[in-house]
Amino acid sequence: MPDRKLRILIAKPGLDGHDRGAKVVARALRDAGIEVIYTGLRQTPESIVETAIQEDVDAIGLSILSGAHNNLFKKVIDLLKKEGIEDIPIFGGGIIPEDDIPYLTNIGVKRIFGPGTSTEDIINYIKDMTNK
Amino acid sequence: MDSTDELIKNMLSGNRRALSKIITLMENDSSSHSYIIPRIHNLTGKAHIVGITGPPGSGKSSVVDKLISYYREDGLKVGVIAIDPTSPFTGGAILGDRIRMKKHYTDKEVFIRSMATRGNLGGLSEATENTVKALDAFGKDVIIIETVGAGQIEVDIVKVADTVIVVSVPSMGDSVQTIKAGIMEIGDIFAVNKADIEGVEKCIMEIRMMLELSEKKSDWIPPIIKTFGNREDGAKELYTTINNHYNYLIESGHHEKKRIVRGKIELVNILQNLFIKNLYSAISEKEIEDLALQIARKEKDPYKIIEELMPRLKNVI
Repeated sequence: MPDRKLRILIAKPGLDGHDRGAKVVARALRDAGIEVIYTGLRQTPESIVETAIQEDVDAIGLSILSGAHNNLFKKVIDLLKKEGIEDIPIFGGGIIPEDDIPYLTNIGVKRIFGPGTSTEDIINYIKDMTNK
Repeated sequence: MDSTDELIKNMLSGNRRALSKIITLMENDSSSHSYIIPRIHNLTGKAHIVGITGPPGSGKSSVVDKLISYYREDGLKVGVIAIDPTSPFTGGAILGDRIRMKKHYTDKEVFIRSMATRGNLGGLSEATENTVKALDAFGKDVIIIETVGAGQIEVDIVKVADTVIVVSVPSMGDSVQTIKAGIMEIGDIFAVNKADIEGVEKCIMEIRMMLELSEKKSDWIPPIIKTFGNREDGAKELYTTINNHYNYLIESGHHEKKRIVRGKIELVNILQNLFIKNLYSAISEKEIEDLALQIARKEKDPYKIIEELMPRLKNVI
């Protein structure tokens, strides 16, 4: 497909109100020439999945700092499966303990970016992942 | 990967992801339009196409949010195309109009698609018009297009929408701003948003004076309505007025006239693109550059060159 533009959904599920990280990532992706669909705070898993369908995104990035990551990622992934769109890769960031990462990887989260990750790493990761 | 035929078939049977993929295809590859549009064109024309334009931060998305609610209360299916600017420096974009439309995210009869301008001027993106067709064929009763934050020249919405709403806010500038050509000429309805802030009456008066000065093109006099973001008062009146305008268009015959004009613009655009494409296959870009050099060095003038090229250009069509 000529001139394919990457479209990435950046969303914050659940109740925490800290969206600085999500905004920094959204901005960095924009500067890397990506179209970022930014949906703001307090998204439900249902709304995230529906947005991913309507916007035909190449990947979904979730930012979670509330501690409810295991639960929220699981719900989103279950819904993606229910809609038959589990081919859309999902990655995440925020405050997520190392110990939880094996579980998240196991249920299908492609990658977790912890605090201190450089935005360049995220961009390279997305470009590599969507190139396949 | 699904074939385009399969996507079209699935889209027409109501699959939202297929619709979404068709839109992506048209956004990424302009040559796909000539395959997709002939297969859906006869299914389009039923939807009321509503355009919302106005300066950045005037509250377009909030107004759209409220309008969606009213359409849904009336049982209508809604498509929304929300356009945000592409960075001219990086080609990236942050598409955030959806944020204001949160409560409709999980309503399966509301389909919201964010689009970036991708270098298109005029307030829309190149694929907007055909995305409208896809949503129309999909079965949406109303399609709302929210333009990029518009200034004075982003007026392409008038070529696509049946009803254009210009959203403005008080204290935007003195009266000269409102009589300048461009955006203020295209409104079928004016919404003065954030009407609880100071200067609202002056703003309304200025728009009214501008309208009185302008040449009457039809017997529809654009109403000016105070709105307050997504608050109930004002928004409901706006909704009723939009429907009145639609009825007026149908009854007066202007609806068809507008669509004929639109058909003409579309046809001429496609022909232009085709000619340009064929032109480059008849004359290489390299040759054009060589000729440009002759023009720059004043060895030949452009009209002389065209005269010489003419025999070859005849075959371009």
